[in-house]
Amino acid sequence: MSDSLAGRMGASTSPYGQQGSSANLADILERVLDKGVVIAGDIQINLLDIELLTIKLRLLVASVDKAKEMGIDWWEHDPSLSSRAHVGQKAGNTVHDASPVAHQVEAENARLRAEIAELRAAMGPPGASSAEAGRGAPPRKPEAENAQAKDTEGEEWK
Amino acid sequence: MTAPADPATASAMAYVYAVSRAGAPLEPVLAGCQGLEGGPLRTVRAGDLAALVSSVPAASYGTEGVKAVMEDLGQLEVMARTHHAVVAAAYEHATVLPMRLATVYLDDARVRTMLGERRPEFGALLARLEGHVELGVKVYADPRDAAAAGGGGPDADAEPAAGPGRAYLQRRRAQQRNHRDIYRAAGAVAAEVPLRVADIARAHVSHRPQQGDLVQGAGENILNAAYLVRGSEVGAFRTVLTGLADDVPGVRVEITGPWAPYSFATPPAAAGGER
Repeated sequence: MSDSLAGRMGASTSPYGQQGSSANLADILERVLDKGVVIAGDIQINLLDIELLTIKLRLLVASVDKAKEMGIDWWEHDPSLSSRAHVGQKAGNTVHDASPVAHQVEAENARLRAEIAELRAAMGPPGASSAEAGRGAPPRKPEAENAQAKDTEGEEWK
Repeated sequence: MTAPADPATASAMAYVYAVSRAGAPLEPVLAGCQGLEGGPLRTVRAGDLAALVSSVPAASYGTEGVKAVMEDLGQLEVMARTHHAVVAAAYEHATVLPMRLATVYLDDARVRTMLGERRPEFGALLARLEGHVELGVKVYADPRDAAAAGGGGPDADAEPAAGPGRAYLQRRRAQQRNHRDIYRAAGAVAAEVPLRVADIARAHVSHRPQQGDLVQGAGENILNAAYLVRGSEVGAFRTVLTGLADDVPGVRVEITGPWAPYSFATPPAAAGGER
């Protein structure tokens, strides 16, 4: 397992270390904060605090679905950003002169996101369904957040 | 100024970057890579496992210190990149389990205790991940990009004589259609990724799509997946995804890595028990 791993990565790819230094911060944070082996160290870094600031970071890094799971869904009640009545609309029934175009685009976005979530769910059992379940749920406690952090989100082994 | 006379030894704690097998050839990393605060890296052994650690000042890495770092994106970036660089350098030479950021122990003895307690699960994970790397695949939908590429279609400039109001609406509808088509196309591209890599990927994790201020890529991230791939098959993995979105305006595929298998390093027992 020694010297051969770098070689096994193939000559066409850049040396492994370069990825380390040039990688996108969002990609790095996503991994070092949320993934890897999660064990409580000695320092009572007060997991609660860690989770709270992870939540803050997620507002920078994370997705709409995640925010919804956390009970943050203010945009759903903001008429300029969303119209939930449109979310369930069927394809091909999306253009109405009467509705403001911007609202339709947002609704369309939401519907397409749902469609994408379905596609992703079909690919594996990832967080799509749980994200849906989280919609409208009361704000979660950080403990639940902690559990989520340890979750592998639909990992599949062959 | 008011620090203790000898902070390096008097109040140092052990920051753990990764865990490997005790025999892992990490010497080049120890010699060529620095830990946080420029501290030298070393290994702490217990049984057949070894932790890759460096000493960090207790003042900065205690509860309050870490909290302060986490609250400051600039400091957090330094910590995250240093952590990641050490893990990446180690993974270049040996299979290691990356620890979550800010896994800190009071001293080396506590690290040894942790290694002893976790030996079965760490051993199993190391065996599973041996010789594998993680590759990230992200798919983006970017309607603006498609519009710039002339993806607006024939509707975009239809019937200029119809009056400004109607023309505006028609243009908006065309944009909307365009928008919808691009998200559909992106969804189709995203759905094809697992099919194309099915024979190569050993495991798969769907991350949340990235969104927020830190995200650099243009457009909306609609797929953010991680695949576990044999080190020898990284090239093949890239090859099967080559050209996936080349003829799809407004859809972009981005492959990142190889990464140390962060996304696959969560002990399976813990993962299974959480849902």
